[in-house]
Amino acid sequence: MELIPALSYLAFFLVFAGIFAVMALGLNLQWGFTGLFNVGVAGFVAVGAYASALLTGPPEPDRLGGFGLPVLVGWIGAMVASGIAAFIVGVAALRLREDYLAITTFGIAVVIQLVALNAQAITGGPFGIQSIPKPFADALGAGLAWNLTYLGLVVLVLGVAWWALDRLVASPWGRVLRAIREDELAAASLGKRAAAFRLQSFVLGCMLMGLGGALYAHFVGYIAPEDFLPVLTFQVWAMLIVGGSGRNAGAVLGAVLVWAIWSVSGGLIRGLLPAAEQARGAALQVVLIGVLIAAILVLRPRGVLGERATVSRHAAGD
Amino acid sequence: MLQLVADGLVVGSVIALGAVGLTLTYSILRFANFGQGEFMTWGAYLAVSALALVLAVTGAGVMEPLGPFSFGWQLIPAMALAAVLTAAIALAVDWALFRRLRRQGNAITLVIASFGAALALRNLVQFLYGTLPEYYTREIQIAIRLVPRDVLGGLRITPDQMLVIGLSLLLVVALHVMLARTTLGRAMRATAMNPALARVAGVDVDGVVRATWVIGAMLAAVAGVMAGVVGQVRPMLGFDLLLPLFAAAILGGIGSVWGAVLGGYIVGLAESFSVPLFGAEYRAATAFLVLIGILLLRPTGIFGERA
Repeated sequence: MELIPALSYLAFFLVFAGIFAVMALGLNLQWGFTGLFNVGVAGFVAVGAYASALLTGPPEPDRLGGFGLPVLVGWIGAMVASGIAAFIVGVAALRLREDYLAITTFGIAVVIQLVALNAQAITGGPFGIQSIPKPFADALGAGLAWNLTYLGLVVLVLGVAWWALDRLVASPWGRVLRAIREDELAAASLGKRAAAFRLQSFVLGCMLMGLGGALYAHFVGYIAPEDFLPVLTFQVWAMLIVGGSGRNAGAVLGAVLVWAIWSVSGGLIRGLLPAAEQARGAALQVVLIGVLIAAILVLRPRGVLGERATVSRHAAGD
Repeated sequence: MLQLVADGLVVGSVIALGAVGLTLTYSILRFANFGQGEFMTWGAYLAVSALALVLAVTGAGVMEPLGPFSFGWQLIPAMALAAVLTAAIALAVDWALFRRLRRQGNAITLVIASFGAALALRNLVQFLYGTLPEYYTREIQIAIRLVPRDVLGGLRITPDQMLVIGLSLLLVVALHVMLARTTLGRAMRATAMNPALARVAGVDVDGVVRATWVIGAMLAAVAGVMAGVVGQVRPMLGFDLLLPLFAAAILGGIGSVWGAVLGGYIVGLAESFSVPLFGAEYRAATAFLVLIGILLLRPTGIFGERA
């Protein structure tokens, strides 16, 4: 194999794995540390991707925006937009039974998909948004150098998010989250307002998903509603469950593992099946990943890297 | 105006049947089953295959329409066969997946598992049948004018649509009688209220769980076939109905059969009336608005007990 194409593909693979890892970190904050079941990952990713594309893209005559702002502003805007969406959903659903959040987030993802598909004046409708700026592409062109640079950016963002989350969950704030997850009544009796902590965790997690969406949009340069179908939610969940929820390293490892399984099985299907059967093959790919999730839930509920038991250093004085 | 009401009631009947199955599994198995919509899809597609089988066995070849309806009698045994097979799928998924997770005792894990199972089931349908829509019959039906055009905009309805409304009401009444009068019905209600107490009182809880899956899946399969009769059979049939199903079940109050029926009609009517207001493309968002509204105003639903 030629070296340059192989390196190029490796960079491409790792960029996607890194973007998925950012989303999985967000989901891990919600599910792994707080016990919130978010089935609308794809919706919050879409909000971030569209927000950043609108803020940074070149002006378009027949739709809103293209404001031509710097990419960094787009990324921050993506987090803000997803955070606002999450706040609205969270206020409505978080004070209720835990499975109502699942149903509500499922619903918001359906609605966001509808808006992306139909609100032509904002989202470009089924054709989506083209020519989303790629950072540093003017200087580096579209080749390997740019892929590697973007990989560097993604790794940097992932690293900052990972470090910040590790600090957060180790802080008193993170301890309260786990206390609520384990026993809400006990946490409430210590004067912790469970609803407020849940809302903060939910909004923060969704902001990371929005950031993941923005990273995706600026790497590919083109987004359309079919990039944010429920299967995306499913992939991110598979990553978290395979890697092991409740540990940030598990979320990142799961993202790399599941994305590798996904890419290899997708390549096999493309290689083995004739062109007419590709759509069926893609369906089979999702079935296999669904069975993988179910099998891990039954056989190894903690994933590859499960959460470590946290014991007070005073109690563990042996 | 009247036409919108009639269209809403037809859609609402399909939603109501699905939501009744959902509310039963929700209250007895104690988790939100995201797979309920896929049971509808599977029921609809299995009926396509069963219909081909019935036609082949009876040697009829082409289906003769039955009375005023667009389909022949062969669809009735095909629907029954599809319902039985869908129940078998539900039992198989429960045996392989949910039964093991129930032992771990975390309800939300069951929800995740049902989400994964739903995606696998949906894509399996796509793998087996392809993505093109299927029809039970190509017969074209003339709508009957019940109300002339100058009274509130008039009303036209096909015999198939009237059958859908009638059949769903009939099935719900039958279910109600079963729950109210039979030993199994009492056992199911007891398990919904307090599984531990029901077990102590001698109720076979595992049997109740199996019966719940069978009833929920069969209702979903019939609802799927009815959706196919008045529309098309598509891989996304059940997925697109999942949000209306949840909205209807929560609107009626989890565990309440009549609540789910009423919720189904309300969601169906709301969808139908949203079309002239917001346009057909946002029709699917109506169920979400209903859901958010009920969660903000009265999260226990119309007939739900206060938490």
